[in-house]
Amino acid sequence: MSSLEVLATGPMSTVQDTGRFGHAALGVGRSGAADACSHALANRILANPPEAATLEVTLGGLRVRARGPVTVAVTGAPTPVRIDGRGAALNEVLHLPDGAELSLGVPARGLRSYLAVRGGIDVPPVLGSRSTDVLAGLGPALPEPGDLLPIGPAPQARPLLDHVPTAPVGADEVCLRVRLGPREDWFTERAHRTLFDDLFEVTPRSDRVGARLAGPALERSREGELPSEGMVPGSLQVPTRGEPVLFLADHPVTGGYPVIAVVCAADLPVAAQARPGTRIRFVQWR
Amino acid sequence: MRVLNCADTGVLVEVADLDQVIALGAALETAPLPGVTDVVPAARTVLLRLSPGTDPAGVAAAVTRIPLAADVTRRTGETVTIPVHYDGEDLADIAELLGSSPREVVRAHTAATWTVAFCGFAPGFGYMVGDDPRFRVPRRAEARTRVPKGSVALAGEFTGLYPRSSPGGWQLLGHTDVVSWDLERDPPGLLRPGVRVRFEEAA
Repeated sequence: MSSLEVLATGPMSTVQDTGRFGHAALGVGRSGAADACSHALANRILANPPEAATLEVTLGGLRVRARGPVTVAVTGAPTPVRIDGRGAALNEVLHLPDGAELSLGVPARGLRSYLAVRGGIDVPPVLGSRSTDVLAGLGPALPEPGDLLPIGPAPQARPLLDHVPTAPVGADEVCLRVRLGPREDWFTERAHRTLFDDLFEVTPRSDRVGARLAGPALERSREGELPSEGMVPGSLQVPTRGEPVLFLADHPVTGGYPVIAVVCAADLPVAAQARPGTRIRFVQWR
Repeated sequence: MRVLNCADTGVLVEVADLDQVIALGAALETAPLPGVTDVVPAARTVLLRLSPGTDPAGVAAAVTRIPLAADVTRRTGETVTIPVHYDGEDLADIAELLGSSPREVVRAHTAATWTVAFCGFAPGFGYMVGDDPRFRVPRRAEARTRVPKGSVALAGEFTGLYPRSSPGGWQLLGHTDVVSWDLERDPPGLLRPGVRVRFEEAA
C-alpha cells in the first residue's frame, strides 16, 4: 500500500476530515477541516468519498515524498505546488510516481490549503473522525518529518475532470454575512452599529480555534457573567476584556462570554481563509 | 423557555433552571429532532446544532412544543464513586468562602450526592451539581495557567474534575487518581450527563 512520507510540515499541518458528530454532550467538539468547502473539493476532484481525510496545510511549507505511486489534488489557499521542482496546478488531478517529492509554497492569499490523496489519509480514527482537534488534544498527532502517512484503498469511482475551476480563495478584505444573536441584547445599540459600520482585522493570535479580531470596542449594555453555554462555529464571542474571537473548527464546545452575532454557514470557509492582516466587514444576513 | 438564534447553524434554547436543562436534554435524547446533529446542554441553555440546510425556524417551533416534565430530572441508573485526596491548594479559601472549616467542607462534599448536569470546557469535563445548597463559590479572580490532571475543583454551584492538565479558574479542592477520560474505553467519558457521583476520602 502506498503512503506519504512527511519531509517538512511548515508552520502547521494537520490531518482533517468532516469532523466528529454526536459527541458534543461529552464535551467533544466537531473539529474537521476549517475550510470545509476546499476540503470537499479536493476529495471530489479525486472521486474520494467526502469524509476522506486530507492534510490541512497552514501557510504552505509542507513537503512530502510519495512512497509508491500516489494520486493527489491541492485546493484552498493558492499555494505554489511543485513536484520534483517543477510547477503544478491547483485544483487538478496530479500523479506522483514512487519517490516524487511534492512541495507547497507560501500562498499569496488565503491561509489554508488542502492536500487530498486518492484513497484518503488512513490514520486510525478517534471517536469516528480522523480530525485533529488542537484545542481538545484529540485525534491524530500532528504530522512530523519522518512520519509515514498511510493511504487508504482507492475508491471505485474514477476522477471525472482533470481540472476544476473555482472562485479565488483569500482576499485582503472579506465580507462575512452574520445574523445578530444569540446574545445581542448584552450589547448596546451603538455596538450593533459599530459591528456593521467598522472594519475588523484578523490578528496573528489566530488559529484553528478562532480568528482573533482587532477593531473598535463592542460596548456591553449589561454587567455580570453569562452562565457557560453551547457555541457554534462562526460565533463572534466578545470577552469582557480583549479581542473578539470568531470561532472556527476547533472552538470550545461551551463558552462563558456573550456572542453578539454568528456568521452564516455558507461564509465559514471564507472566515477560515482570513489570514492575519485580513480586514473583515460584517454585513447583516437576512 | 426562550429560543435564540445562532444564524443557520444552531438554535439556543434558554430555560429557567438546571432541572429544565436536564429535562429538555433527556427529552431530546429520547425523541431526537430531525436536522439536529448535536445537543449541548449547559447551565441554563440547551444548544441544538443543525446539519447544513436545516431550517432553524422549524427546529425552534418543534422544540417549544416539547413539554418539560419535572419528574424526568436527574433520573439515571448509574452511580460512580470517586476517591479524592482533599489536599487542594484552595481548600482553606473554599472553607473561608463557605464560612466553615476545611474538615467540614470535606465532610459535606463527601456526604452530598452529585449529578453530572452537562459536559464542556474539555472532553470528559463534567459539571456536577450537588444536593447540598451550601456549595456555591466564585471562580478564582485569576485563572491558573496550569491545573493538573485529576484535580477536583469547585466553581459556581458545580464540582468539576479536570480530565487532563489545562488552564483553569476553578477553586482546587483536591485530586483523584480516577481516570475520567480514556479513549480506550467505550464511552470514553466517566462523567456523562445524568450519572450520579459520590466522592469519598481517599485512604
